[in-house]
Amino acid sequence: MAIAELEEKPRISPFYDPKIRAFVYQAAMIFLVGYGLYAAYTNAVTGLSKQGVVTSLGFWDSVAGFPISFRLIDFTELSSYGTAFWVGLINTVVVSVIGIFLATILGFIVGIARLSSNWLISKIAYWYVQIIRNIPLLIQLILIADLMHHLPGATEIKQNTSGIYLTNQGLFTPRPVFEAGSGLIFYAFLGGLVAFIGYYNWAKNRQIATGKQSPTGLVFLGLIVIFPIAVFFISGMPISLAYPVKTRFSFQGDATLQIEFVAALLGLVIYTAAFIAEVVRAGIMSVSKGQTEAASALGLTAGQNLRLVVVPQAFRVILPPLTNQYLNLTKNSSLASVIAFPELVQVFAGTVLNQTNQAIPVMGITMLVYLTISLITSFLMNAFNQRMALRER
Amino acid sequence: MSNSVSTNSPSVSFIRKESTQALPPPIRATGALAWIRDNLFSTVFNTVLTFISLALIYLMLMQLLHFAFFDATFTGQDRSACLSSASRPEPGACWSFISTYINYFIYGSYPIDLRWRVNIVYVLFFISMVWVLWINAPKRAWGAISFFIILPIVSYILLLGAPSLGLEKVTTERLGGMVVTFIVAIVGIVVSLPLGILLALGRRSNLPIVKVFCVIFIEFVRGVPLITVLFAANFMLPLFLPPDLNPDRLLRALVAVVLFSAAYMAEVVRAGLQALPKGQYEGANAMGLSYWQSMRLIILPQALKATLPNIVNSNVALFKDTTLVSTVGIFDFVNTLQASFKNPDWATPVTSTTGWLFAAAFYFVCCYSMSSYARTIETRLAIADKR
Repeated sequence: MAIAELEEKPRISPFYDPKIRAFVYQAAMIFLVGYGLYAAYTNAVTGLSKQGVVTSLGFWDSVAGFPISFRLIDFTELSSYGTAFWVGLINTVVVSVIGIFLATILGFIVGIARLSSNWLISKIAYWYVQIIRNIPLLIQLILIADLMHHLPGATEIKQNTSGIYLTNQGLFTPRPVFEAGSGLIFYAFLGGLVAFIGYYNWAKNRQIATGKQSPTGLVFLGLIVIFPIAVFFISGMPISLAYPVKTRFSFQGDATLQIEFVAALLGLVIYTAAFIAEVVRAGIMSVSKGQTEAASALGLTAGQNLRLVVVPQAFRVILPPLTNQYLNLTKNSSLASVIAFPELVQVFAGTVLNQTNQAIPVMGITMLVYLTISLITSFLMNAFNQRMALRER
Repeated sequence: MSNSVSTNSPSVSFIRKESTQALPPPIRATGALAWIRDNLFSTVFNTVLTFISLALIYLMLMQLLHFAFFDATFTGQDRSACLSSASRPEPGACWSFISTYINYFIYGSYPIDLRWRVNIVYVLFFISMVWVLWINAPKRAWGAISFFIILPIVSYILLLGAPSLGLEKVTTERLGGMVVTFIVAIVGIVVSLPLGILLALGRRSNLPIVKVFCVIFIEFVRGVPLITVLFAANFMLPLFLPPDLNPDRLLRALVAVVLFSAAYMAEVVRAGLQALPKGQYEGANAMGLSYWQSMRLIILPQALKATLPNIVNSNVALFKDTTLVSTVGIFDFVNTLQASFKNPDWATPVTSTTGWLFAAAFYFVCCYSMSSYARTIETRLAIADKR
């Protein structure tokens, strides 16, 4: 009987009923947001019709009519806006991927240097991080681009034998010319790579089974470097170098590395590396000192200690913030538009938007691209993170 | 055996009463020499590294010092002083250019006879910022009120003018330079912190629809670069709002910056909320406090205190991001610099480099002091939490 009384619900006024309150709050929120969106939509429709702008993606296939200096796919002034979008997107991806690769290397070096027993090295790393992190990326990019524009022009440079010229247009280097039979070298390289991977697996399995170590470095050198070079000479040197030829004002053809690309890449790498360095330092510090001491007691050298004991354990801590930095670098690559590197924002949200006046679709697509990259990366990293996480019982 | 010792020794026995003075540690183990050996030359590898980095530091520092000081020009009325001459083939920084333009950088094109208003705003800004950041300051709550409420209102009235108070009206186009940089930063901080707190609370709310809206907003904004948000606000905001509301350029940029930094602030605050032990929430519930009471009196004071260093760091990021408003045509410090380079009276090969170096120094001083403050707070909190 007493239990039944307890189960009876207490009476509350509907005004204080949490369920009713929650419903009212949320209904109000849906109403407000919905009304805001509706008002924005109607305003946009009336405003655009007054301006005589028809919002559509019809411009996608029209002729763009402007050149893009840095491109990896064919793009002429007769190409469409759609192609311009792809050129911009590919440039964004290229500068981001190369930037991520280099920033990781530099960031790990600086992060480890920050913990070095060498006082000077750790101080240099400390001030590198402090200075770079406290100056806006935009200023750094502009400053780097500015310094590069002060490099000597092509007219001031004398022709030399190395064929490498650093000018204010970019870096000119000799380019390989592939003649008949050069495919052989490529196959030799590929064969060497496959052979090395096979050898590496064999060596690893042997070490696990017997504890005997085999030289990997030398075999790597032999199979992947010396073997293709030997094939190159045996097959009669089918690859030659085309040296940049000086014209009146510049060199023939495009620069191997254009100045905007180098400046954008340098700026992004230097900036992001400072953040990665802090991430790496925090990760390494999170590995308990006993681990390092135990590894030293086992006779591991400092390098082995770092490579085999500390970094694998620190990696779990490092990975999530590291992913964040990768995403930041990708998003920050949009700043390269300020120094005229033709990436997505500069090409699409800049030139294309100005020419077509289609603000809504153009900005929508641009934002959606970044959003997609962000979401895919965080999804992949979450999946990877779950696989990497410690299995605790 | 023992007998012979006891019978022979009494006459020669000697027991030292005091310990001798300890010998000084070997010279190689203490002092500057030992420190240098331990910290710079402990191994062959470290020795090599030390020498390489010394050489690098020397080269870079010399380059910088030569440009910024030894070969620099400090006086001069126009470009001729900063050009290369026979006595100085490679001229360094042209500081006389900066000193000529410094008022333009600080005030923009604000009417010269009205600059006292900007000065008052700068002073008020400085006082209230020190007041709110100085932990042992008297009546700190008033500092917060002055920073978050009085400063924005007074600045608005003083900078744009109020004819009813006898202050001449000034359009936002006349604002420029560091004034705009600080306006964007302050508006960003003052508005995005409360907005970020609301978003963070919304994201942790039990109401599913509120939660979904907040998550979508936060993740969307964090997934796109600020520059696209600025572009979108610049081009699309006038379309979405009623035509008679037509917001000016500065306001559009401010909306973008506020929304952008609010999303990041929300994540910082959320981290603080999550770090709070569950007992605090339960305790507040058990006391019979309503949701807003428990947030205001129990949860937020603790969460915000613990996450204060991160809030300051997030504001450093915001301050750095203010440079991006220059891409949508706002005349902030970056754009005034760019405009000043166009003056042919000062057109030299070193003018732009000098200007950007000055900008880098300006932003570094501002951001470094803020992040040093964040670190100090962090250590203080760590000491306070230690039992």
